[in-house]
Amino acid sequence: MLKTLHSQNKVQLVLGLLAGIVFGFLLQKGGAAKYDVIMGQLLLKDFTVIKIMLSAIVVGMIGIYLLKGIGMIELHPKPGSIGMTVIGGLIFGIGFALLGYCPGTISAAIGQGNLDALLGGLIGILIGSGIFAHLYPGLENLLKKGWFGDMTLPEYLKVNAWIVIIPLCLLIIVFFYLLESVGL
Amino acid sequence: MGFLTLKVWSPYLAGAGIGVLSWFTFLLSNKPIGCSTAFTRTSGMIEQALTSRSVADQPYYQKFPAIIDWEWMFVLGIVIGSFVSAFISGEFQLRLIPSLWMAQFGLAFFPRFITALVGGIVLGIGARWAGGCTSGHGISGTMQLALSSWLAVILFFVGGVFTARLIYYGFGG
Repeated sequence: MLKTLHSQNKVQLVLGLLAGIVFGFLLQKGGAAKYDVIMGQLLLKDFTVIKIMLSAIVVGMIGIYLLKGIGMIELHPKPGSIGMTVIGGLIFGIGFALLGYCPGTISAAIGQGNLDALLGGLIGILIGSGIFAHLYPGLENLLKKGWFGDMTLPEYLKVNAWIVIIPLCLLIIVFFYLLESVGL
Repeated sequence: MGFLTLKVWSPYLAGAGIGVLSWFTFLLSNKPIGCSTAFTRTSGMIEQALTSRSVADQPYYQKFPAIIDWEWMFVLGIVIGSFVSAFISGEFQLRLIPSLWMAQFGLAFFPRFITALVGGIVLGIGARWAGGCTSGHGISGTMQLALSSWLAVILFFVGGVFTARLIYYGFGG
């Protein structure tokens, strides 16, 4: 692991900015910065968003598990619980459809000039984040309900990671093939 | 250069690029890609500026201090990267209302503005409630095969598809 590089805070801020620039560039080029494309996905008429996400998962997953295998990186799976992930996920989904952007794609939408994203959505997300920070002390018990922690799928199934990765990649490729063959 | 100035790339290519980017953020910065904590930190900074009082005593801002970190710079970078992509391909344009919305609900800005504002509030609460968004859970968490992230992303789409149908097709849809 490149521990020295990881501890250089100023360098890391620059690397964060550069990574963001690449991410924003790719989101815009892929069409995921557009409200029409995101809503098209939620209305199940345009599968661009799912194609981008699943392609990123296939390529990213193979690379990071190889890098982990040779000890170059460590994983950071997020913890979860029923109270946190299920309730939070559904609230997020409702907001996602009302807004038509998510926290990453709204930043890209602002970059390409969408004023509904800048004047409505961005201010809304900042207000919502602030509301959650204030609600958090009262929600702590609910957020811990049904806690399962930062477990990964291979850990849960007690198998080698590649036993999950290879079939999952194949399944995603078959799904792409089906999408393309029905013209979506 | 011709390739960089294309208006749109194949979603598979854009997605694969995001996958490769993830290798480098793990390798060089020990970080998965994510966006929503940057909004929490900014919200804390704004609250501090408005109230002239530190938020450091609030439990949530002890977990996510109101400071500029890697992810905050990452989100700033998204705005810049998207601007560059749109600008060099002639796609940059100030637009008040997206065309799909306009076709369904008309030209008035106020309804779209209010929906986006309310949607943003709900999304902001949901992202922090679930501990991540479409990037942190939907892309980075799923590629790490995190149980929480696969569950989260499924529920993002369950909530999103249901609500989108309600908005566009009404209760009969």
